[in-house]
This record gives sequence, structure tokens and C-alpha cells, in this order.
Amino acid sequence: MLRWIVWRDLMLAWRRRADMLSTVFFFVIVVSLFPLGIGPETQLLRTIAPGVVWVAALLASMLSLGRLFANDYQDGTLEQLLLTPQPLFLVVLGKTLAHWIIAEVPLVLVAPLVGVQFDLSRETLWILFASLLIGTPVLSLIGSVGAALTLGLRGGGVLISILVLPLYIPALIFGSGAVEASIMGATPAPHLYLLGAFAIVTLLFSPWAAASALRISLE
Amino acid sequence: MLQSRRRTNNILEVSKLGCVRGDRRLFSGLDLSVSPGTFVQLTGPNGSGKTSLLRILCGLLPPAEGQVNWEGANIRSLGEEYVAAVTYLGHRHGVKDELTAIENLRISNALNGVEISNERAGAALKEMGLGGRESLPARFLSEGQRRRVGLARLLVCNTKLWLLDEVMTSLDKGAVALVRSLIQNHLTGGGIVIVATHQDLELSTDRFQRLELTT
Repeated sequence: MLRWIVWRDLMLAWRRRADMLSTVFFFVIVVSLFPLGIGPETQLLRTIAPGVVWVAALLASMLSLGRLFANDYQDGTLEQLLLTPQPLFLVVLGKTLAHWIIAEVPLVLVAPLVGVQFDLSRETLWILFASLLIGTPVLSLIGSVGAALTLGLRGGGVLISILVLPLYIPALIFGSGAVEASIMGATPAPHLYLLGAFAIVTLLFSPWAAASALRISLE
Repeated sequence: MLQSRRRTNNILEVSKLGCVRGDRRLFSGLDLSVSPGTFVQLTGPNGSGKTSLLRILCGLLPPAEGQVNWEGANIRSLGEEYVAAVTYLGHRHGVKDELTAIENLRISNALNGVEISNERAGAALKEMGLGGRESLPARFLSEGQRRRVGLARLLVCNTKLWLLDEVMTSLDKGAVALVRSLIQNHLTGGGIVIVATHQDLELSTDRFQRLELTT
């Protein structure tokens, strides 16, 4: 059942590739603006790199969150999804997994490439990749709760940022912390472990929270 | 004696149902008992709560008061077991514009736990008068054709209770006749159909109930 939901959302995203690409382009452009604006001061660039890449990833994922449930809500398929004989949290989990693959995995993949602009070492680029790989599921999971809560509201796009961005802070701190530690020559492992723990906690709670929020939004 | 036998026969029972939307009370104290093979027509002016009643019956909307019982148990406690016995078609068709008619039908069925083959889905769509258009993305179909894609689900589902909300809108005469025969077959097979519509469907059934909601 889960695979049908994931497959459905992946296919829908593939048919609307422009939406998917806009998130990646936003991320690439925002990250690239900093080296262009600051100039070739490698020491400064290296210092700000972890924060810039991670903040850009947070903002880029905000762009796609609005669409997570809104399209299905408009054409009535979300109602049908609620009326399928399976626990609603599984439906939500499937849609969140699809969102991660569609909106976050491309960011994870291009991050090492855009990171080169900040004069990061190869090892640090790997840590950046790893921190995003562990951290981005958190963005999709917490984001799904925000998307479900703001469903059908006017001006939901701004509201969802206000709701969700503060909850992203732990992921931001541990994620950029790992990259920073690697730049300093320390071990990034503790940061990555904590990030992983945070990801597991959100995995346990968000699908249920999002499912309840969806039921309320669709009453 | 007769009374009690009839009672057990009613698999869908609604008692003292009340619905409040915003600060407006749409209806209250609504009772309804439905036995297998019954057709229920919901009528009433716009805003009288036809859609809300259907959404309560399918479990999307919790009632403000009263309860809905299916085979003697409250649908709130039945959960997925009840959902598996119901097909609800709302006035939004539930058809994805980006997917083709066949994909729409196959995916919505698979999510309802009934996986069907491409051929089976194609045959159902052909029966709904969409032959030759099965592989077109739904956004290229007309409003009525998209509704037909949604209605094709009735052909392949094996649920007992159908809740249909204004499904005749934007359908031509042929499609209305098609829907009528679908409903007729379902009733003959012991199913229950509850339809919110103003159109007279002229079904040949002796188990017919009309429920008129007022504002």
C-alpha cells in the first residue's frame, strides 16, 4: 500500500518536473549568491559555509511543502486517500517519503557541488553530504505536520514557515555543527549522531501528528 | 417479533444525528434505517446539509450529536473495517489531472486494497464510454469525461455502501443512464446506495426512501 502512494506521488512529480526543478534551482542560486557577494575571501567563506548551505536547504524545502497536500486537497483525491482502508499515518508517511525523494534528495545531491564554491575540503564536502542526508528527512517529516495544519487556509504559505522553521532549529544546529566540526578538524560524529537521533524522534511523532491535523483540516 | 427482525435487517442505522457547520445548525434529530438493497435519495435546497450528511456517513466528518451504526457497531469504532465497505464519490471528482484515466482508476483502486490489471481498468473505462481515451492525461478530458473516470470506480469496487454526492452534474443523458444501470445492479446485488441529487433516477426498486432536508 505504501509503495502505491509513493509511486503515485513520484509519478505526479515527474509529470510536473518544473515544480521539482524550481526547488533545486532556488537552493543552488541562494547558496551561490554568498560567494559572489562576499568575494574571494576563502577564510570567511569557509566559516559561513555550513550555515549558508543548511539555511538555504531549509528555505528551499519550504517552497515545496505547500504542495505536499494542497494539490490533492483541491481535486478531492485527499478525501479519497482518507477513505482508504489503511491507517492514515501510513498514507502520510508515504506522501512524506515521496516528498523527501522529490524535494530533498536533489538538494542533498547538489550540495557537495555548490559547496565547492566555499573552498571546502573533499572530506568536509562528504560530511556536508552526510549531514544533509540524515537531516533532510527531518525537514520533510516536520514539514508534513505544518502542511497538514495549514491546509486550505488562505496565506498558508507564510503561516507554514512561521510554524515549521522554528522546529527545524535542532536539525540546523546539529547539521551545520557537523560540517563546522569537520572544517575545524574535529570529529563530526557526535553532531551526526544527535542529528540521527532527532530524525528518529520526528519519524516516530510527525506522521501521527500530521494525520490528526489532516482529519481536522478536512472536516 | 416482526419489529425485531426488521431491526436486525437494517445494516445502516442513523440515530438522532445532528450537524453543526460554523455556528449554523444544519439538521438535528435525524433518524434513518437502511436495509440491504435500498436506494435512498437525499433532496433539499442548497445549503441544507446534503453533503455534510454524506460526509458524516462516510466518516470524514464527526457528527455534532447522535451516531451512525454499521451492522450494529458505531462507525467511529469500526474505523478501517467500515471504510473498506464504503465508496464515497464527492462533488470534486477525485481525479488527478496529471495521470491518465487508466492510472487514476488503477491507483485509486490499489489504495483501496483492490489491485486491478490494466486490462480490467481499460474494460471498465470502455464501459463508461471512455474507449480510446484511456491513456490521455485527465486534464485533456472534458468535465463530464473526468466525472466518468471517477464513476468508473463504481464498476471495479466491491463495496457495499455507495455514497454519491451530486454525481450527475455535467453528465450527459447517456452517462446518466449508465449510472442508473450501475445503481440498479448494485441494488439487485444487495448493496445500498445513498445519492444526493435532485434528478429523478426512475429506478425500479421497491425499497426506495426519500429523505428531504430543510433549511
